[in-house]
Amino acid sequence: MFANRTVNILIPIISVLLGLLSGAVIMLVFGYNPLKGYAALWTGAFGDAYFLGETLRQVTPYILSGLAVAFALRTGLLNIGVEGQVFVGWVASVWVGVAFELPMIIHLPLAVLAAALAGAFWGFIPGILKAKLGVHEVIVTIMMNYIALYLSNEIVRNVITDGKDRTDSIAPTASLASEWLAGMTYFSRLHWGLLIALFMALVMWFLLNKTTQGFELRSVGFNQHASNYAGMSVSKNIVLAMVISGAFAGLAGAMEGLGTFGYMSVKSGFTNIGFDGIAVALLGANTALGVVLAAFLFGTLKIGALNMPTVAGVPTELVEIVIALIIIFVASSYMIRWIILRFKKEGK
Amino acid sequence: MEYVIEMLNIRKEFPGIVANDNINLQVEKGEIHALLGENGAGKSTLMNVLFGLYQPEKGEIKVKGEKVKITDPNVANKLGIGMVHQHFMLVDTFTVTENIVLGSEPKKGGTVDIKKAEKEVKELSERYGLNVDPGAKIRDISVGMQQRVEILKTLYRGAEILILDEPTAVLTPQEIKELIGIMHSLVKEGKSIILITHKLKEIMEVCDRCTVIRKGEGIGTVKVADTNPTELASLMVGREVSFSTEKTPANPKETFLSIKDLFVKDVRGVDMVKGLNLEVKAGEIVGIAGIDGNGQSELIEAIAGLRKSESGRIKLHDQVITNLSPRKVTQSGVSHIPQDRHKFGLVLDFPVGENMVLQSYYQQPFSKKGVMNFKNIYKKAQELIDEYDVRTPNAFTKARALSGGNQQKAIIGREVDRSPDLIIAAQPTRGLDVGAIEFIHKKLIEERDKGRAVLLLSFELEEIMNLSDRIAVMFDGRIISEVKPEDTNEQDLGLMMAGNTPQKAGGS
Repeated sequence: MFANRTVNILIPIISVLLGLLSGAVIMLVFGYNPLKGYAALWTGAFGDAYFLGETLRQVTPYILSGLAVAFALRTGLLNIGVEGQVFVGWVASVWVGVAFELPMIIHLPLAVLAAALAGAFWGFIPGILKAKLGVHEVIVTIMMNYIALYLSNEIVRNVITDGKDRTDSIAPTASLASEWLAGMTYFSRLHWGLLIALFMALVMWFLLNKTTQGFELRSVGFNQHASNYAGMSVSKNIVLAMVISGAFAGLAGAMEGLGTFGYMSVKSGFTNIGFDGIAVALLGANTALGVVLAAFLFGTLKIGALNMPTVAGVPTELVEIVIALIIIFVASSYMIRWIILRFKKEGK
Repeated sequence: MEYVIEMLNIRKEFPGIVANDNINLQVEKGEIHALLGENGAGKSTLMNVLFGLYQPEKGEIKVKGEKVKITDPNVANKLGIGMVHQHFMLVDTFTVTENIVLGSEPKKGGTVDIKKAEKEVKELSERYGLNVDPGAKIRDISVGMQQRVEILKTLYRGAEILILDEPTAVLTPQEIKELIGIMHSLVKEGKSIILITHKLKEIMEVCDRCTVIRKGEGIGTVKVADTNPTELASLMVGREVSFSTEKTPANPKETFLSIKDLFVKDVRGVDMVKGLNLEVKAGEIVGIAGIDGNGQSELIEAIAGLRKSESGRIKLHDQVITNLSPRKVTQSGVSHIPQDRHKFGLVLDFPVGENMVLQSYYQQPFSKKGVMNFKNIYKKAQELIDEYDVRTPNAFTKARALSGGNQQKAIIGREVDRSPDLIIAAQPTRGLDVGAIEFIHKKLIEERDKGRAVLLLSFELEEIMNLSDRIAVMFDGRIISEVKPEDTNEQDLGLMMAGNTPQKAGGS
């Protein structure tokens, strides 16, 4: 028996390979050497301790934004608002980071918690609108992204600072940065947030698969009528799903605010951490482990790509194209599934 | 005699199960050939093999004596095989003609020649006595008419052999009569029909021969003239089946459910239940008879807590349960076998095992302090699967993969196992085969004998007559009379359901 499970694992792997292959073809067409290009990508991501550190640093927010999207999808909701939830989480964490003077044991958890709460609140609004008024969460979350972007800029410029374009750096007591980790990786910006992200993946897995609350959330996600019939509160679960999803996204913002940068600046556009989270969740098949692996791949591609122009002369845009191709192949998984089953049948 | 279709030694496997094995089906020209089997016996699989949707692992198919390989539905169409699915595949906003020609439109200079198409559709419709309006929109015509459009679709594509998948499941008695007429006129014109069904009455009425499948295996083919419903039923199920449910007289005790002056509105805000009074006692089955749309669904949803009652009260023992949440109603001792098992009864994408604890997951021993105990859940599920004969590869299989009868048995197992005081059974056997119906009826009577109150809603008079100890006739939102089944017959019930109060009303 060729288990469904095997097919489900094969699909993302084949998608990635096809994406890389198409990337190679495109490089060839435009006159670049794909072997050199991918070699540069590899060294750019894992070539030495610094690159490895930077790759892991990039993976961190991707795990959390991926979890946010995946969690919502598992409960039947499409949270396009992860981007905005990342923004409010980022601002909230930095705000707490610069505004207080506290011992680390209180300050850091407080800043992290603030980010989670801000993201959760940003998820609560579309959640309650969906639960009580039936407003589609996609529309609300898209709009909430813009509100988050411009509200964040306003707060940075006029509330946290007096008309400056970036906040002061956060107090060291609120920072996730680690001299030890940085020292091990030739002063990359790798920080303790990676542990938070991995822990949160564990939290999502446990919550969804092992708790009664997770049972309700999944049940409502699949069939609201049957859930209501079985005595679950549909609206409570919708709101809760968006709140938890938003909290994951808010934490992704904290990774940037408390870890990578240590400040927040006025942004002219989206960071794409949230939007990439959609792709990460898709590639990871909405499971906690899948999201961690997919985030790892995305981080690798993003950081490794930085090395491609200098070493192999391949423009970074091309890496964006390769990532896009991988997503397309994942999205058309139906096609790949069909081909796998075809081969399997003929092999018999 | 030459066969138009021969399927020989067909075997079809899916991961984990053999859906068809060693099945032979030979259809003569101009006959109506029944394909009989329980839910999940493999009828649809076999027809999907014939229609090119599945490829068989073994066996061969001959059309008019020639061996063929049907790789997809287009090939089947070209060979003159047409299929009318149970769930229609029509575009709601298109007209009858547009739906029929869709995919093989007559063209005139790059545009669809709709005039010509309409003429053709009209001719076809008249030839077979189908009587459809070629210009009507699908969304405006009845289900029976839509089915005829599906039949026309296959005829328009030149079908010689028509496969009808449970065509009567969605029809009213009048429409069934008309469909039978249409089938006769089709075979008179030289078409052959394969009728997939589990309704023995229909087979006896219209079919010439009948091929029986049991648990995926071909049992054989019999001439309908040489057989009878009892023999067919035992061929299908593999054992003797009794049609009339045996039960001892009821022994009603104290009142469990009492409903007083209940008013309930439907989704549109129209009063559907209008001052209804009803009592159900321990140890009796009360059947609600009535034509669909007289407030039965609203009544049941109101009792179950799924719909708001406007006024009046519902009492279980001494506890008022009017407008309690579904969970509170469940906890107070009510089980509900819902009318629509896919929409309400099951989370189809959950494993069977998790569906078994859909209402009780938060209680011990299925969870403790908010953490699920899957070991206990699946242990319980396996017990219920064994006890209620739910045929599933295992408890981890998604509910979606089960046949309708087995899904229903799973729901009934779950609902009965909670040891409720009141069981609401809404159309508990809709769409099921005789074997499953017999099983479910037996279970409901068993529960009655254990001293539970059973409220049965059914649109099948036979079921109401067979099962009820007391029949409450519902019309226009009220119970207009109550009778004992032994004091009435189907004609009288039918009259009452149409709103005629009998002279000697046996009401309480």
